[in-house]
Amino acid sequence: MRKLILFILPFCFFINGIVKADIVVSNWDGYSPPDIMDTFKESTGISGEMSFHATNEDIMGKVVASKGKGYDVLFVSSPFAEALHKLGLLSYIDHSKIPNIKNLDNWSMNLDYDPGNKFQIPYAWGTTGICYRSDLVSEEPTSWNDLFNPRSDMVGKVTMLSTDRWLLAAGQLLAGYSVNDTNPDHMSNVKDILRSAKGNLLAYDDTTFYSKLVSGEAVMAHAWDGWCNYAIWENPDVKYIIPEEGSDLWVDTMVILKSSENKDEAHAFINYILDENIGAWTIENILYKTPNKAAMDKTIPGLVDAFPNMGMTPQYMMSFETLKDVGDAAKLYASTVSDILAD
Amino acid sequence: MFLLIPCFIVFTYSFFERGVYGGIEYNFNLENYVRSFKWTYFKILINSATIAFLAAAISILIGFPAAYLITKFKSKYQIILLFLIMLPFWSNYLIRTYSWMVILNNQGLLNTLLLNLGIIKEPLNILYTKLSVIIGLVYNYLPFVILSIYSSISTLSKEILEASDDLGGNFKDKLIKIIIPLSLPGIVAGFIFVFVLSIGNFITPDLLGGGRFLMIGNLIYDQFLSARDWPFGSSLSLILVFIMLGLLFLQSIILARRS
Repeated sequence: MRKLILFILPFCFFINGIVKADIVVSNWDGYSPPDIMDTFKESTGISGEMSFHATNEDIMGKVVASKGKGYDVLFVSSPFAEALHKLGLLSYIDHSKIPNIKNLDNWSMNLDYDPGNKFQIPYAWGTTGICYRSDLVSEEPTSWNDLFNPRSDMVGKVTMLSTDRWLLAAGQLLAGYSVNDTNPDHMSNVKDILRSAKGNLLAYDDTTFYSKLVSGEAVMAHAWDGWCNYAIWENPDVKYIIPEEGSDLWVDTMVILKSSENKDEAHAFINYILDENIGAWTIENILYKTPNKAAMDKTIPGLVDAFPNMGMTPQYMMSFETLKDVGDAAKLYASTVSDILAD
Repeated sequence: MFLLIPCFIVFTYSFFERGVYGGIEYNFNLENYVRSFKWTYFKILINSATIAFLAAAISILIGFPAAYLITKFKSKYQIILLFLIMLPFWSNYLIRTYSWMVILNNQGLLNTLLLNLGIIKEPLNILYTKLSVIIGLVYNYLPFVILSIYSSISTLSKEILEASDDLGGNFKDKLIKIIIPLSLPGIVAGFIFVFVLSIGNFITPDLLGGGRFLMIGNLIYDQFLSARDWPFGSSLSLILVFIMLGLLFLQSIILARRS
């Protein structure tokens, strides 16, 4: 009998080691170094498991359904962090447990949806504008209207983002409204603008627009700057501009769930992500701007020639409004998007 | 229980309200159902039904002759042919849909071929239209239709067909008076199958339709995920379930009448 126990015991530890990591993190696939959990364990001794979500909506659905059980740290965009916070699912962040917070740019400590970074830590940020093939457009775009009403030779060669908040934001910016506007009359104007723009589109596309630009199937795309860089990477004729009416400032954040049983380890993970070198990997590999000033100072001089939008200053980006959770107006937002997309 | 509990949850959610930040507010009301009949949503339902109907009808038009031809082969070859029809199913649905994007796009295989053959001068805009969604649906569900009609035709006894020949019936008579009526169960089953799967599909309209119009499946998907309005999503899916139940009922009536 003792022999049997001795025989089985190591397997128990082994199985325990597989199934029970100290923390479970969910992120977009490819948004952090592929070996992050291994290097995190080497440097801190904490084991972690990385799972992936395809979209904010995806992870939000899971977490709301399970009241946060099963995850410790999430990467989500700011309006979703805000909604999770208001649903009471997030833990407050203890800055004393994150010494690397000193690497964050001062500007990023003052985001209007969460001044002082109380319930989230910003991970990456940027703007939304027009990504276009400078060699194929007959006129360089300068306004959102150039995207909505392109010259006749570009009709049918334009894509727009389909995620509701960004789709509507483009129309709101052209009409001069806030990207968090909840006035129904304003929304109805935005709807008219976007419905008429729809006739000129090739498609709504959130995920493959840059390959459409590279192939020339599309010549202009409503795009996040980070994603536009993927197209620039493959074809230097691709350029990115922020239309004269402005942009939104989007922020992808890290949050800790209230239900987490290992909050110290969760803080340690965020601290590790804010490390200068990990931050530098992120910038060089995913080509997104991050609020990690230490890492930005290290990498930007080498990137800014090829990817001019990487040189945008935090001060400039902060001149744009961030998307906030709109509360009950979410119904108005959703029904407006349905009206635009219906047929 | 395993099957019914999730349906029951959807049923109960459909009578509640969305909380301010998503989630469920437990106030009983029928507002979600009233909202479902707003013109925008009703239009989406009609659109979806039209596309699903066309996909189902085209699948039958292609599937019936294909199934009939297969039964004409020796049984050894029939197995090989059926195997070839099932083959695409072993690859992922998404991958198959993406391949159609490669075939149909402006600079895709189809357009390049037609341009080089001089059949067309300007590339055809097929991708991101309703047509490309229908093509995608037909492609994905056709094998089911062929199998279901094949199984009906292959059980027809040779004697009946020979009797028809002996009585001087030509091919047209044989087809209209014998083969189609006797294989009706397979045809109806195939039709309903494609219709039901198509009307709720959201991946194909999203990818091949370029998100330029919504089908009811997309609308439900968006309510659950983007809008975080689970109660409204639940009521929409229940309405869809009732439509499907109605169709299955219709199918059983058609089949009962025959026998």
